[in-house]
Amino acid sequence: MKAVIIGTTTLIAAAGLGLYTWNVSQNAKQTPCGDTAVASSAIGGPFELVSETGETVTDTDVITKPTLVYFGYTFCPDVCPLDSARNAQAAYLLEDEGYDIGTVFISVDPDRDTPQVVGDFTENFHENMIGLTGSAEQVSVASKAYRTYYRKQDGDDEYYLVDHSTQTYLMMPDTGFATFFKRDHTPEQIAEITACFMDTEV
Amino acid sequence: MKLNTLIASAFLILVAPAAWAESNITVMHPTAFETAPTAMAGGGFMHISNDGDTDDTLLSVEADFPRVELHTTEFTDGVAKMMHVEGVPVPAGGMVALEPGGYHVMFMGLQGDPFEVGETIPATLIFEHAGEVDITFEVVERTMEHNH
Ligand SMILES: [Cu+2]
Repeated sequence: MKAVIIGTTTLIAAAGLGLYTWNVSQNAKQTPCGDTAVASSAIGGPFELVSETGETVTDTDVITKPTLVYFGYTFCPDVCPLDSARNAQAAYLLEDEGYDIGTVFISVDPDRDTPQVVGDFTENFHENMIGLTGSAEQVSVASKAYRTYYRKQDGDDEYYLVDHSTQTYLMMPDTGFATFFKRDHTPEQIAEITACFMDTEV
Repeated sequence: MKLNTLIASAFLILVAPAAWAESNITVMHPTAFETAPTAMAGGGFMHISNDGDTDDTLLSVEADFPRVELHTTEFTDGVAKMMHVEGVPVPAGGMVALEPGGYHVMFMGLQGDPFEVGETIPATLIFEHAGEVDITFEVVERTMEHNH
Protein backbone atom coordinates (compact mmCIF):
# COMPACT_ATOMS: atom_id res chain seq x y z
CA MET A 1 0.00 0.00 0.00
CA LYS A 2 2.73 2.37 1.00
CA ALA A 3 4.70 1.47 -2.11
CA VAL A 4 1.68 2.17 -4.27
CA ILE A 5 1.18 5.59 -2.73
CA ILE A 6 4.85 6.47 -3.20
CA GLY A 7 4.69 5.25 -6.79
CA THR A 8 1.65 7.36 -7.54
CA THR A 9 3.15 10.45 -5.94
CA THR A 10 6.33 10.03 -7.95
CA LEU A 11 4.35 9.61 -11.13
CA ILE A 12 2.31 12.73 -10.44
CA ALA A 13 5.47 14.67 -9.59
CA ALA A 14 7.21 13.43 -12.73
CA ALA A 15 4.21 14.21 -14.91
CA GLY A 16 3.88 17.66 -13.34
CA LEU A 17 7.54 18.45 -13.95
CA GLY A 18 7.33 17.34 -17.56
CA LEU A 19 4.23 19.42 -18.13
CA TYR A 20 5.77 22.46 -16.50
CA THR A 21 9.06 22.18 -18.35
CA TRP A 22 7.79 21.56 -21.82
CA ASN A 23 4.08 22.20 -21.69
CA VAL A 24 3.68 19.55 -24.34
CA SER A 25 3.66 16.40 -22.25
CA GLN A 26 0.39 15.24 -23.80
CA ASN A 27 2.39 14.74 -26.98
CA ALA A 28 5.31 13.06 -25.22
CA LYS A 29 5.98 9.50 -26.26
CA GLN A 30 8.98 7.22 -26.47
CA THR A 31 10.53 7.30 -29.90
CA PRO A 32 12.58 4.55 -31.57
CA CYS A 33 15.74 6.40 -30.51
CA GLY A 34 14.86 6.12 -26.83
CA ASP A 35 14.46 9.82 -26.24
CA THR A 36 11.33 11.70 -25.28
CA ALA A 37 9.67 13.32 -28.24
CA VAL A 38 8.33 16.85 -28.00
CA ALA A 39 6.45 18.96 -30.53
CA SER A 40 9.27 19.53 -32.99
CA SER A 41 7.85 22.50 -34.85
CA ALA A 42 8.06 24.54 -31.67
CA ILE A 43 11.88 24.55 -31.47
CA GLY A 44 14.42 26.05 -33.82
CA GLY A 45 14.05 28.31 -36.82
CA PRO A 46 15.74 31.28 -38.40
CA PHE A 47 18.38 33.30 -36.59
CA GLU A 48 21.11 35.73 -37.47
CA LEU A 49 24.19 35.79 -35.25
CA VAL A 50 27.87 36.76 -35.37
CA SER A 51 30.58 34.12 -35.87
CA GLU A 52 33.97 33.80 -34.18
CA THR A 53 35.50 35.77 -37.06
CA GLY A 54 32.97 38.58 -36.76
CA GLU A 55 30.87 37.64 -39.78
CA THR A 56 27.10 37.67 -39.72
CA VAL A 57 25.79 34.14 -40.17
CA THR A 58 22.33 32.59 -40.33
CA ASP A 59 20.96 29.26 -39.12
CA THR A 60 21.42 27.75 -42.58
CA ASP A 61 25.12 28.77 -42.61
CA VAL A 62 25.65 27.18 -39.21
CA ILE A 63 23.51 24.03 -39.22
CA THR A 64 24.86 22.35 -42.34
CA LYS A 65 24.90 18.88 -40.76
CA PRO A 66 23.36 17.27 -37.68
CA THR A 67 24.36 19.65 -34.90
CA LEU A 68 24.29 19.83 -31.10
CA VAL A 69 23.21 23.35 -30.08
CA TYR A 70 23.78 24.80 -26.60
CA PHE A 71 23.13 28.26 -25.13
CA GLY A 72 25.43 29.57 -22.39
CA TYR A 73 27.98 32.25 -21.49
CA THR A 74 31.71 32.17 -21.09
CA PHE A 75 31.83 34.02 -17.75
CA CYS A 76 30.32 30.85 -16.29
CA PRO A 77 33.38 28.84 -15.15
CA ASP A 78 31.56 25.72 -14.14
CA VAL A 79 28.31 24.58 -15.74
CA CYS A 80 28.86 25.88 -19.29
CA PRO A 81 32.36 24.40 -19.70
CA LEU A 82 31.12 21.15 -18.20
CA ASP A 83 28.20 20.91 -20.64
CA SER A 84 30.31 22.07 -23.59
CA ALA A 85 33.03 19.53 -22.80
CA ARG A 86 30.32 16.88 -22.57
CA ASN A 87 28.89 17.84 -25.98
CA ALA A 88 32.39 17.91 -27.49
CA GLN A 89 33.06 14.48 -26.07
CA ALA A 90 29.80 13.18 -27.61
CA ALA A 91 30.93 14.64 -30.95
CA TYR A 92 34.33 12.93 -30.70
CA LEU A 93 32.62 9.61 -29.94
CA LEU A 94 30.34 10.04 -32.97
CA GLU A 95 33.25 11.03 -35.21
CA ASP A 96 35.11 7.91 -34.13
CA GLU A 97 32.11 5.94 -35.42
CA GLY A 98 32.18 7.80 -38.72
CA TYR A 99 29.32 10.25 -38.08
CA ASP A 100 29.71 13.85 -39.26
CA ILE A 101 28.37 15.91 -36.37
CA GLY A 102 28.62 19.61 -35.54
CA THR A 103 28.60 21.43 -32.19
CA VAL A 104 27.47 25.00 -31.60
CA PHE A 105 27.71 27.27 -28.55
CA ILE A 106 25.47 30.36 -28.62
CA SER A 107 26.26 33.08 -26.09
CA VAL A 108 23.43 34.59 -24.08
CA ASP A 109 25.84 37.25 -22.79
CA PRO A 110 26.52 39.34 -25.92
CA ASP A 111 27.82 42.33 -23.91
CA ARG A 112 30.88 40.47 -22.63
CA ASP A 113 31.14 37.61 -25.12
CA THR A 114 32.84 39.14 -28.13
CA PRO A 115 33.43 36.93 -31.19
CA GLN A 116 37.02 36.38 -30.05
CA VAL A 117 36.05 35.42 -26.49
CA VAL A 118 33.46 32.93 -27.74
CA GLY A 119 35.95 31.59 -30.28
CA ASP A 120 38.62 31.00 -27.63
CA PHE A 121 36.07 29.39 -25.35
CA THR A 122 34.80 26.87 -27.90
CA GLU A 123 38.30 26.12 -29.23
CA ASN A 124 39.08 24.66 -25.80
CA PHE A 125 36.52 21.89 -26.18
CA HIS A 126 36.49 20.87 -29.82
CA GLU A 127 38.48 22.32 -32.69
CA ASN A 128 35.30 22.47 -34.81
CA MET A 129 32.89 23.79 -32.19
CA ILE A 130 31.24 26.93 -33.55
CA GLY A 131 30.91 29.84 -31.13
CA LEU A 132 28.24 32.44 -31.86
CA THR A 133 27.35 35.76 -30.31
CA GLY A 134 25.63 38.87 -31.66
CA SER A 135 23.73 41.96 -30.70
CA ALA A 136 21.33 41.77 -27.75
CA GLU A 137 18.50 41.66 -30.27
CA GLN A 138 20.06 38.89 -32.39
CA VAL A 139 20.71 36.72 -29.33
CA SER A 140 17.18 37.31 -28.08
CA VAL A 141 15.70 36.19 -31.41
CA ALA A 142 17.82 33.02 -31.46
CA SER A 143 16.98 32.19 -27.85
CA LYS A 144 13.26 32.67 -28.45
CA ALA A 145 13.39 30.45 -31.54
CA TYR A 146 14.90 27.67 -29.45
CA ARG A 147 12.62 28.30 -26.49
CA THR A 148 15.53 28.87 -24.16
CA TYR A 149 15.51 31.14 -21.14
CA TYR A 150 18.19 33.56 -20.04
CA ARG A 151 18.23 36.49 -17.68
CA LYS A 152 21.08 38.75 -16.63
CA GLN A 153 21.18 39.10 -12.85
CA ASP A 154 20.95 42.61 -11.41
CA GLY A 155 23.39 44.43 -9.22
CA ASP A 156 26.78 44.21 -10.87
CA ASP A 157 27.94 45.99 -14.00
CA GLU A 158 31.16 44.08 -14.56
CA TYR A 159 30.93 40.69 -12.85
CA TYR A 160 27.24 39.95 -13.31
CA LEU A 161 25.91 36.41 -13.65
CA VAL A 162 23.38 35.11 -16.17
CA ASP A 163 20.68 32.51 -15.49
CA HIS A 164 20.19 30.28 -18.51
CA SER A 165 18.65 27.06 -19.84
CA THR A 166 21.04 24.14 -20.04
CA GLN A 167 19.46 21.76 -22.53
CA THR A 168 21.30 20.78 -25.69
CA TYR A 169 19.34 20.45 -28.93
CA LEU A 170 19.98 18.01 -31.73
CA MET A 171 19.14 19.91 -34.91
CA MET A 172 19.02 18.49 -38.43
CA PRO A 173 19.81 20.69 -41.46
CA ASP A 174 16.66 19.70 -43.37
CA THR A 175 14.14 18.62 -40.78
CA GLY A 176 15.11 20.88 -37.89
CA PHE A 177 14.63 19.86 -34.30
CA ALA A 178 15.17 16.15 -33.57
CA THR A 179 15.44 15.90 -29.77
CA PHE A 180 17.02 17.54 -26.75
CA PHE A 181 19.40 16.42 -24.02
CA LYS A 182 19.45 17.39 -20.39
CA ARG A 183 22.49 18.06 -18.21
CA ASP A 184 22.54 14.53 -16.82
CA HIS A 185 22.84 12.88 -20.24
CA THR A 186 26.31 11.38 -20.61
CA PRO A 187 28.45 11.78 -23.75
CA GLU A 188 27.79 8.11 -24.50
CA GLN A 189 24.00 8.55 -24.27
CA ILE A 190 24.08 11.64 -26.48
CA ALA A 191 26.28 9.85 -29.03
CA GLU A 192 24.01 6.81 -29.07
CA ILE A 193 20.74 8.72 -29.46
CA THR A 194 22.24 11.10 -32.03
CA ALA A 195 23.59 8.18 -34.05
CA CYS A 196 20.13 6.61 -34.01
CA PHE A 197 18.59 9.80 -35.39
CA MET A 198 21.29 10.08 -38.04
CA ASP A 199 20.74 6.44 -39.05
CA THR A 200 17.00 6.94 -39.46
CA GLU A 201 17.37 10.20 -41.42
CA VAL A 202 16.95 9.56 -45.11
CA MET B 1 58.77 16.05 38.95
CA LYS B 2 55.54 16.44 40.80
CA LEU B 3 55.58 20.14 40.03
CA ASN B 4 56.12 19.47 36.34
CA THR B 5 53.10 17.17 36.23
CA LEU B 6 51.07 19.80 37.97
CA ILE B 7 52.14 22.46 35.50
CA ALA B 8 51.43 20.13 32.62
CA SER B 9 47.99 19.34 33.99
CA ALA B 10 47.21 22.99 34.50
CA PHE B 11 48.37 23.68 30.95
CA LEU B 12 46.14 20.93 29.60
CA ILE B 13 43.14 22.25 31.48
CA LEU B 14 43.74 25.70 30.10
CA VAL B 15 44.35 24.57 26.56
CA ALA B 16 41.81 21.79 26.20
CA PRO B 17 38.61 23.85 26.22
CA ALA B 18 40.03 26.15 23.57
CA ALA B 19 40.99 23.20 21.38
CA TRP B 20 37.55 21.71 21.80
CA ALA B 21 35.88 24.85 20.65
CA GLU B 22 37.81 24.78 17.41
CA SER B 23 37.13 22.86 14.27
CA ASN B 24 39.90 20.86 12.71
CA ILE B 25 39.92 21.70 9.03
CA THR B 26 41.65 19.71 6.30
CA VAL B 27 41.55 20.88 2.69
CA MET B 28 42.03 18.27 -0.03
CA HIS B 29 42.84 18.69 -3.72
CA PRO B 30 42.36 22.43 -4.27
CA THR B 31 41.97 22.42 -8.05
CA ALA B 32 41.11 24.92 -10.76
CA PHE B 33 40.44 24.08 -14.39
CA GLU B 34 42.40 25.65 -17.20
CA THR B 35 40.61 28.45 -19.01
CA ALA B 36 40.57 29.91 -22.51
CA PRO B 37 43.14 32.67 -23.20
CA THR B 38 40.50 35.43 -23.06
CA ALA B 39 38.48 33.96 -20.16
CA MET B 40 37.16 36.47 -17.66
CA ALA B 41 36.47 34.02 -14.83
CA GLY B 42 37.66 30.68 -13.48
CA GLY B 43 36.39 28.17 -10.96
CA GLY B 44 38.15 26.64 -7.95
CA PHE B 45 37.17 23.33 -6.37
CA MET B 46 38.22 21.29 -3.31
CA HIS B 47 37.06 19.00 -0.54
CA ILE B 48 37.04 20.32 3.02
CA SER B 49 36.76 18.03 6.03
CA ASN B 50 36.18 19.01 9.64
CA ASP B 51 37.55 16.50 12.16
CA GLY B 52 36.71 18.72 15.12
CA ASP B 53 33.50 18.63 17.09
CA THR B 54 32.33 22.13 16.28
CA ASP B 55 30.48 23.01 13.10
CA ASP B 56 32.42 25.48 11.01
CA THR B 57 31.68 27.65 7.99
CA LEU B 58 33.88 28.69 5.10
CA LEU B 59 33.08 32.41 4.99
CA SER B 60 35.24 33.69 2.17
CA VAL B 61 38.31 33.17 0.02
CA GLU B 62 41.07 35.68 -0.58
CA ALA B 63 43.28 35.56 -3.65
CA ASP B 64 44.97 38.01 -5.96
CA PHE B 65 42.06 38.78 -8.31
CA PRO B 66 39.74 41.77 -8.63
CA ARG B 67 36.91 39.71 -7.15
CA VAL B 68 36.77 36.31 -5.46
CA GLU B 69 33.47 34.88 -4.22
CA LEU B 70 31.93 31.65 -3.02
CA HIS B 71 29.25 30.51 -5.45
CA THR B 72 26.82 27.71 -5.95
CA THR B 73 24.55 26.79 -8.85
CA GLU B 74 20.90 25.88 -8.50
CA PHE B 75 19.01 24.06 -11.23
CA THR B 76 15.28 24.60 -11.67
CA ASP B 77 13.50 23.06 -14.65
CA GLY B 78 16.73 22.92 -16.61
CA VAL B 79 17.69 26.54 -15.87
CA ALA B 80 21.05 27.05 -14.17
CA LYS B 81 21.26 29.94 -11.74
CA MET B 82 24.71 30.65 -10.35
CA MET B 83 24.68 32.66 -7.15
CA HIS B 84 26.87 34.11 -4.44
CA VAL B 85 26.64 32.32 -1.08
CA GLU B 86 27.45 33.90 2.28
CA GLY B 87 29.15 30.76 3.56
CA VAL B 88 29.71 27.07 2.96
CA PRO B 89 28.89 24.97 6.06
CA VAL B 90 31.46 22.38 7.10
CA PRO B 91 29.74 20.29 9.79
CA ALA B 92 31.67 18.77 12.69
CA GLY B 93 32.89 15.32 11.73
CA GLY B 94 31.77 15.93 8.17
CA MET B 95 33.02 16.96 4.76
CA VAL B 96 31.85 19.37 2.11
CA ALA B 97 32.69 19.12 -1.56
CA LEU B 98 33.18 22.14 -3.78
CA GLU B 99 32.64 20.33 -7.07
CA PRO B 100 31.62 21.13 -10.65
CA GLY B 101 27.89 21.78 -10.78
CA GLY B 102 27.71 22.91 -7.14
CA TYR B 103 29.77 25.03 -4.77
CA HIS B 104 32.84 26.68 -6.28
CA VAL B 105 35.29 29.47 -5.69
CA MET B 106 34.69 32.04 -8.42
CA PHE B 107 37.79 33.93 -9.48
CA MET B 108 36.68 37.00 -11.43
CA GLY B 109 38.64 39.45 -13.52
CA LEU B 110 41.27 37.19 -15.13
CA GLN B 111 41.43 39.41 -18.20
CA GLY B 112 44.65 38.68 -20.00
CA ASP B 113 45.98 36.16 -17.49
CA PRO B 114 44.19 32.84 -18.03
CA PHE B 115 44.60 29.73 -15.89
CA GLU B 116 47.19 27.48 -17.51
CA VAL B 117 47.85 23.83 -16.72
CA GLY B 118 50.60 23.49 -14.11
CA GLU B 119 50.06 26.99 -12.77
CA THR B 120 49.37 27.39 -9.05
CA ILE B 121 47.08 29.91 -7.39
CA PRO B 122 47.78 30.78 -3.75
CA ALA B 123 44.65 31.58 -1.73
CA THR B 124 43.53 31.96 1.86
CA LEU B 125 40.32 30.37 3.11
CA ILE B 126 38.61 32.22 5.95
CA PHE B 127 36.65 30.00 8.34
CA GLU B 128 34.32 31.20 11.06
CA HIS B 129 36.14 29.15 13.74
CA ALA B 130 39.32 27.77 12.21
CA GLY B 131 40.31 31.21 10.97
CA GLU B 132 42.69 31.52 8.05
CA VAL B 133 43.87 28.46 6.15
CA ASP B 134 46.40 28.97 3.36
CA ILE B 135 46.04 26.70 0.35
CA THR B 136 47.30 26.48 -3.22
CA PHE B 137 45.02 25.70 -6.14
CA GLU B 138 46.60 23.62 -8.87
CA VAL B 139 45.42 24.31 -12.41
CA VAL B 140 44.57 21.09 -14.25
CA GLU B 141 43.19 20.03 -17.61
CA ARG B 142 39.48 19.30 -17.91
CA THR B 143 38.98 15.60 -17.26
CA MET B 144 36.37 14.82 -19.93
CA GLU B 145 39.05 15.20 -22.56
CA HIS B 146 39.20 13.06 -25.66
CA ASN B 147 42.53 11.60 -26.75
CA HIS B 148 42.91 13.09 -30.19
CU1 LIG C 1 30.37 31.16 -10.09
